[in-house]
Amino acid sequence: MFYRAHVLIEMTSNSIHLGASQVKERLEREIAQAGLSNEVKVLETGPLGRGVPSPFLMIYPDNIMYAPVTVSEVREIVSEHLLKGRPVERLIVSETAPALKEGYFRPSPLAKEKRVVLRNSGLIDPGSIEDYIAQDGYQALGKVLSMSRQEAINIVKDSGLVGRGGAGFPTGLKLEFTMKAPGEEKYVVCNADEGEQGTFKDRLILEGDPHSIVEAMAICGYAVGAGEGYIYIRAEYPESIRAVEKAIESATDTGLLGDGILGADFSFQVKIRQGAGAYICGEETSLLESIEGKRGEPRIKPPYPPQAGLWGKPTAINNVETLANIPPIILNGADWYKSIGTPTCPGTKVFTLTGNVNMLGLIEVPMGITLRELLYDVGGGIRGGRQMKVVQTGGPSGGTMTPDMLDVPMAFDTLAQFNSALGSGALTVVDDTHCIVDVVKNFCEFFLHESCGKCTPCRIGNKRIVEILDRMQRGRGRPGDLDLLRILGENMKTTSFCGLGQAAPNPLMKCLDYFQEEFEKHVTEHLCDCQVCEMKPKRKEVGV
Amino acid sequence: MEAVKGENLVFSEVDEILEKYQNERTPLLAVLQDVSRKWGYLPRDVMGYVAKKLDVPSAQVWGAATFYSFFETEPVGQYMVRVCKSAPCHVLGAVNVLGTLQRELGIQVGDTSRDGKFTLQATSCLGVCGVAPAMMVNDITYGNLTEERIREVLALYE
Amino acid sequence: MAKVAAEVNRKDEQENVATLYLDGREIQVPASSSVLEACKSAGIHIPTLCHMDGLTPYGGCRICVVEIEGQPTLAAACVTPVREGMKIQTSSKKVREARKANLELLLSNHPLDCQLCDRNQFCELQDLAYELGVRKIRFEGEQQHHEVDISSPSVKRDLDRCILCGRCIRTCSEIQSVFAIDFANRGFESYISPSLGLPLGESVCINCGQCIHACPTGALSEVEHVEKVWDALNDPEKTVVLQTAPAIRVSIGEPFGMPQGTISTGKMVAALRRLGFDYIFDTNFSADLTIIEEGTEFITRLTQGGVLPLITSCSPGWIKFMEHFYPELMENVSTCKSPQQMLGAVVKTYFAQKIGVEAKDIVMASIMPCTAKKYECQRDEMRASGYQDVDYTLTTREAARMLREKGINLAEMPEEDFDEPLGLSTGAAAVFGATGGVMEAALRTVYEKVTGETLPKLDFMDVRGMDGVKEAIVDVKGTPVRVAVAHGLGNARTLLDTVRAGEVTYHFIEIMACPGGCIGGGGQPIPTNLDIRMKRIEAIYNVDKSFPVRKSHENPAIQKLYEDFLGEPNGEKAHHLLHTHYSCREKM
Ligand SMILES: Cc1cc2nc3c(=O)[nH]c(=O)nc-3n(C[C@H](O)[C@H](O)[C@H](O)COP(=O)(O)O)c2cc1C
Ligand code: SF4
Ligand code: SF4
Ligand code: SF4
Ligand code: SF4
Ligand code: SF4
Ligand code: SF4
Ligand code: SF4
Ligand code: FES
Ligand code: FES
Ligand code: FES
Repeated sequence: MFYRAHVLIEMTSNSIHLGASQVKERLEREIAQAGLSNEVKVLETGPLGRGVPSPFLMIYPDNIMYAPVTVSEVREIVSEHLLKGRPVERLIVSETAPALKEGYFRPSPLAKEKRVVLRNSGLIDPGSIEDYIAQDGYQALGKVLSMSRQEAINIVKDSGLVGRGGAGFPTGLKLEFTMKAPGEEKYVVCNADEGEQGTFKDRLILEGDPHSIVEAMAICGYAVGAGEGYIYIRAEYPESIRAVEKAIESATDTGLLGDGILGADFSFQVKIRQGAGAYICGEETSLLESIEGKRGEPRIKPPYPPQAGLWGKPTAINNVETLANIPPIILNGADWYKSIGTPTCPGTKVFTLTGNVNMLGLIEVPMGITLRELLYDVGGGIRGGRQMKVVQTGGPSGGTMTPDMLDVPMAFDTLAQFNSALGSGALTVVDDTHCIVDVVKNFCEFFLHESCGKCTPCRIGNKRIVEILDRMQRGRGRPGDLDLLRILGENMKTTSFCGLGQAAPNPLMKCLDYFQEEFEKHVTEHLCDCQVCEMKPKRKEVGV
Repeated sequence: MEAVKGENLVFSEVDEILEKYQNERTPLLAVLQDVSRKWGYLPRDVMGYVAKKLDVPSAQVWGAATFYSFFETEPVGQYMVRVCKSAPCHVLGAVNVLGTLQRELGIQVGDTSRDGKFTLQATSCLGVCGVAPAMMVNDITYGNLTEERIREVLALYE
Repeated sequence: MAKVAAEVNRKDEQENVATLYLDGREIQVPASSSVLEACKSAGIHIPTLCHMDGLTPYGGCRICVVEIEGQPTLAAACVTPVREGMKIQTSSKKVREARKANLELLLSNHPLDCQLCDRNQFCELQDLAYELGVRKIRFEGEQQHHEVDISSPSVKRDLDRCILCGRCIRTCSEIQSVFAIDFANRGFESYISPSLGLPLGESVCINCGQCIHACPTGALSEVEHVEKVWDALNDPEKTVVLQTAPAIRVSIGEPFGMPQGTISTGKMVAALRRLGFDYIFDTNFSADLTIIEEGTEFITRLTQGGVLPLITSCSPGWIKFMEHFYPELMENVSTCKSPQQMLGAVVKTYFAQKIGVEAKDIVMASIMPCTAKKYECQRDEMRASGYQDVDYTLTTREAARMLREKGINLAEMPEEDFDEPLGLSTGAAAVFGATGGVMEAALRTVYEKVTGETLPKLDFMDVRGMDGVKEAIVDVKGTPVRVAVAHGLGNARTLLDTVRAGEVTYHFIEIMACPGGCIGGGGQPIPTNLDIRMKRIEAIYNVDKSFPVRKSHENPAIQKLYEDFLGEPNGEKAHHLLHTHYSCREKM
C-alpha cells in the first residue's frame, strides 16, 4: 500500500514519559477521524539525538518536524498539516533550542554530518523488520554467508575499523584471533553496558536501529564460528532492552536468526543479558563475569577474551557502535569505508555533546572533525555565552581538553599525540562558572562509587583522593595536599589492576597541571574564585 | 520469611522465575533481576532458595547481590528514585535536583520516606545526558529536570 | 589488547624455556612461569600479600609490582606470565615507591594497634611494613568498621584488620570446597561475608580454621577459650584435667623458637603442668581407644555385612561437611566420637569414679591443633556423663599464649611424663596427627584382629604423604581390603564423588578436613604451610618409631579400661560413652 505521508513519532524511554504514547494514540484517532488512514501512516521511531525535544513528530516527505508535541496540539497538526497541507509554523520547533530550527532545515552547519551507524535512526520504525530490510537490512549477512570466514574478516580488517568502546583495538584482528583460537564452542558478545558518563550513543543505536546490531552480531558469529551471541545491556536502558528483544523475535520469526540461516549451514541465536548498575561491567572481562552470574570483577589478562572468554571459550566482544559499522562495511566494501574519516583513522564517530553547551545531543561525523566545530557549529556554543573551561572526552577515562586544543582533529591517533583520548566519544563541556576542584571531585566520586574494590590503589586510592578534594573544598586543605594528590594519582595509574583504576585519576592529573593555580588557591588561600566551594572561614578570622 | 508472607506461595513464584531460565547456563543475575522486580528487593530467604535451586553457594549469591547497585537487600520504597550525579548532570545542576528531591520528599539520600513510597538514591550516569539533569523512577527516566518538573513528576506517583 | 597479538603468537612458539633479564641479569625459566616464580627461582625476593602458594593467583594487593621494559604501567609479578626477552626491574625507585604507596593505603584503612592484635609478631602485614620501611602513613582518612563476628564457635572475624586479599575465600573454596565466604559489596565498602550476609556461625562454615592460616593479618583468629581455662585453673572447687592431641607435640615448640618438626612431648607436658592443671592426659590414649572401637565397627561391617565403605569420624570439620554436603553418606560414617570426646567422656565417668570426684566438678580442657573441636565439644550429642564431655578446647596457639603469659619458656623445660592411667599410648595413636594416620593405625589393629597373625610390616607407605587422595589395597589373609585416604575437603569431595557415582568401591576411607591432617589443623602455630606441614609429619612418624608398642590393641592401659569399666568394644557402655550420631544440615 502506498502512503502519501509518513508520520514518525519518537518512542523512547524519555519520550514515553513525556507523553509520547498518548500523543500517538491521539494521532491515530485524529487521522482516522479525518479519514486519512489509508493515506498517512504512523510509525514509531527511535531518538534523533541532537537535542531535539521529546516527543517529536517527523513528517515525511515534507521533512518537517514538530517538537515537543503535546496531546492538545495533535488535532491542529492533523487538520492543518496532514489534511490541508499547511505546516503549523508555530509548533515546528521548540523555543528552548532556537538554533535547532536552522540546524535541522538548513543543512549548512551540519554539512559535516555523515550517517553510517545512525543511518536508519529516526528514519525507520525500529520495531519493524520490514523497514530495516527495506533499507538493505540483512543483505550484508546474506553476503557474508556466501564468503569464507577469512574473506568476511578480511573486509573488516581492510576497512581499518577500530573498536568504538574506548580502547580502539582493530576490530578485524579481534575477529581473526577469535576465529583462529582453537575450540569448537565460541561466542560473540555485544557490549551495550555504556556506562561511561556523558555517553548515550549506544542507547540511541539500540533504540533507533536494533536490527543493525542483531545483523552485525550474526555476521561476527559467522566470521568467528560462533553459534550464540550475548548482548549485555545495562538495566538503565529498559527501552533498549525492549527494542532488542523485539528485533531478536522478529529476526527469528523471519529466519534471519535460528537454524540454517538463509539456507546456509549457519545457525545463530542472540540472547540478552541485563546489567544491574555497575560501570565496571563495561570492562570486557567484568562483563563476562557478570554474564556468568558473578560479581563483575575484572579477570586477569592474559588470557584475553579471544583466547578464553565466556565460560572460558574464545569470545569476540564488540561495542554497539563498532558493530553498527559492520553491515555497511560488508555491503559497501573496505575502500568505501576508508574514504570516510582520516587516512589513519577511517570512518565516522558518534559524539555525544553534554554539559554546558547550548544543544545537547549527538551527532555522527567523520573522524577528524575539530572540537571547535563540535562545540560551536554543532553544539551551538557554550551556554549563556560563557567560555569553555575544560572538555572531558569519552568520560573521565578519555582525555581532558583545554581551549588551546580546540583545533586538534578528533581521531584516536591525533588525540593520542596530544596526550588526550577520544574514549567513547562523549564530550562533557564545562564552562568557566565551574570550580575545577568541584568538577574534578565529581569525576573522582564517580570512580569511587564504581570501583569494584579488588585492588588496593583503586579501592582505597579513590577514597583518599575524594577526601582530599573534599577538604580542599571546605577550606580545610593542607600544605602538601597537591603533592599527595599527584602521588595517589600516579600510583593509581601505574599499579591498578584494570582500566578503571588506571584511568580514574586522568582528569585529576590533567587538571592539576592545567589549573594548578586554582588548586593552589584553594589550599593556600582557602579561596574559591568561582564561589562554588563553601569555604569555612579560617579560624583566626572568626570574630575579627 | 519475615518480609514476605506465605512461604510456599512465594517459593512457587520463585519457581516460576527459575523455570523461565532453566535452559540458561548461568542465570543467577537474571533470576535476581526478576526477583528484585517482583519484590522491589532481594529477600534473604528467596536468595537462599535461589542459591539452593541453582546450586550456587549462598555466599556467592550474596556477593553478587551486593555488588550491583540496582539490587537492594533490604526493603525499599514503592518507587526507587535514582538521581544521576555524574558530571554532565552535575554541571547542569544535579546537586539542585538532589536538594529539591530531599526537600520535597523530606528524606536524605539513601533513605525511604516514612509512608514507604519513595527511596532516594544517587547514582551514576543514566545514559540520558542529552536531557540532563536526569533521574529514574523505577524503570522510567525523566530528563530536563527543574524544580517545577520534579514536582510534576512526583505528582505522577502520589 | 595490543598484547593479544603477542599472546596468540606466543602459543605457537611452544618454547619450554624463556630467557629473561631480571635487574639486568639473564636467567632462564620455564616458559609457563609467572614473573614471581621467575624471581623466586633467581633468588630475588618480591614482597607479596594476596598471593599464596597453592591458591589461584589473584593480583589484588598490588604489592608485588615490578617494572617491565616497554610497559607504561607496573605489572603485578604474581599474575604476569613471563615472555621471552622480558626485561624486568624488581626494585627500582618507581617499584619501591609504588609498593610503599599501596602498603600505606592498606595501612590507612587499618587499625594500627598491633599490641592488641592476635597476630602481633606473626603478621605478614606488620612484617611488610617493617620490610618496606614504612615510617609514616601519608594518606590518612576514613576507615571501614565492622562488628567483630564471634558468632562461630571456632573462628573469630575482626574485619577491621582485613586487607581484602581474598586468601581466606580462595582457601575455603579451592582447598576446602566449602564456599562459606565471599566478597560482598564493592569498592571501598567491600568486605568478606559469609552466606547471605549472615554471621559466620550461621553459615555452612565447617570450622576448620584453614582460612586463619591463609590470612596474612589478624582479621581471622580462633574464638579464645583462654580466659575460661584460666578461670577454671583459679577455681579451687574444680579439678582441671587437660588432654593434648597427637599433633600438638610436634608443633608447640615452634612458637618458642624451636625448629619446625621438633618433637617436644616431654617439655610440653612439663610446661603445661606448670600452668596448674591437676592431671595431664594424652589424647593419644583415646586415639588408641578410637582404633579399638572403630576397628571393631569396621570388622563387624566387613564380616557381618554392613554399610561400606566405613568412613572415619574423628575430624569434626569433616563431620560438619558431611552433614551439609553428603548427608546421604551418613550411614557410612563411623559412629565413633573423636578421640578428644572419648577421652572427655572417660575422664568424667571412669576417671571421676576412680578419684572420687563428681563429674560436675571436673573441668575437662584440651589442647588441639583444631578450631573445629571448639565446636565439636559444644555439640548437644557430646554429653555422655550428663555434662559436656570436654569443656574447653584450646588451640596450639592459645596454649602457647598461656605459657607465655605465665612466663614459661617451653624450650627450656625438662622432660616429664603424662599422668596415669590415661596418658599411656602407642605409636599407632601418634600417627593420628598426620593424613593417613588413622587408616594406618586402624589397619595395624584390623589386620591382626581379623587374621590373628602378627603384621609383618607396620608401615603402610601407600597412605602416607601429601598426595590429595591416596589409595591402597591391603591383603587381609586373602581378602583384598581397599582403602582410601583424603585430606583437605576439596580432595575429599573428589574422592566422595567417585564413590557416590559408583566408579570405585572401597571398604574403608579416612577423611581429614585439613590439608596434611591435624598437623596442619586450623589451630596450629602460624605460619603453617606445605613445607612446615611436611616437617611436622616427619616428626609424627618419628614419634611412632620411638614407641616400643605401635599397635593400639596392645596398649595395656586400654586393655585395662575395657576390663575394669567398658566391657566389650562396641558393647553397650562403650556405645553410650564413645559413640554418637549425626544430623542433616542445610546445604547452602
Ligand atoms: C572501566 C571500563 C569500562 C568500560 N566500559 C565500556 C562500555 O561501557 N562499553 C564498551 O563498549 N566498552 C567499554 N569498555 C571497553 C571494553 O573493555 C572493551 O574494550 C570493548 O567493549 C571492546 O569493544 P570494541 O573493540 O568494539 O571497542 C570499558 C573498559 C573499561 C576499562
Ligand atoms: S582498578 Fe582494581 S579496584 Fe578498580 S575497578 Fe579495576 S580491579 Fe577493581
Ligand atoms: S574554590 Fe572556587 S575557584 Fe576553587 S575550585 Fe572551588 S569553585 Fe573553583
Ligand atoms: S593485623 Fe598485623 S598489622 Fe594489623 S594490627 Fe594486627 S599485627 Fe598489626
Ligand atoms: S614498637 Fe613502637 S609503637 Fe610498638 S609498642 Fe614499641 S614503642 Fe610502641
Ligand atoms: S573455617 Fe574453614 S569452612 Fe569456615 S570459612 Fe574458614 S576455611 Fe571456610
Ligand atoms: S580475612 Fe584475612 S585472608 Fe581474608 S581477605 Fe581479609 S586479610 Fe585476607
Ligand atoms: S583434620 Fe584435624 S585439625 Fe582439621 S578439622 Fe579435622 S580434627 Fe580438626
Ligand atoms: S550524566 Fe546524568 S544521565 Fe549521563
Ligand atoms: S601478591 Fe601480587 S598482587 Fe598481591
Ligand atoms: S589430633 Fe586428634 S584426630 Fe587429629
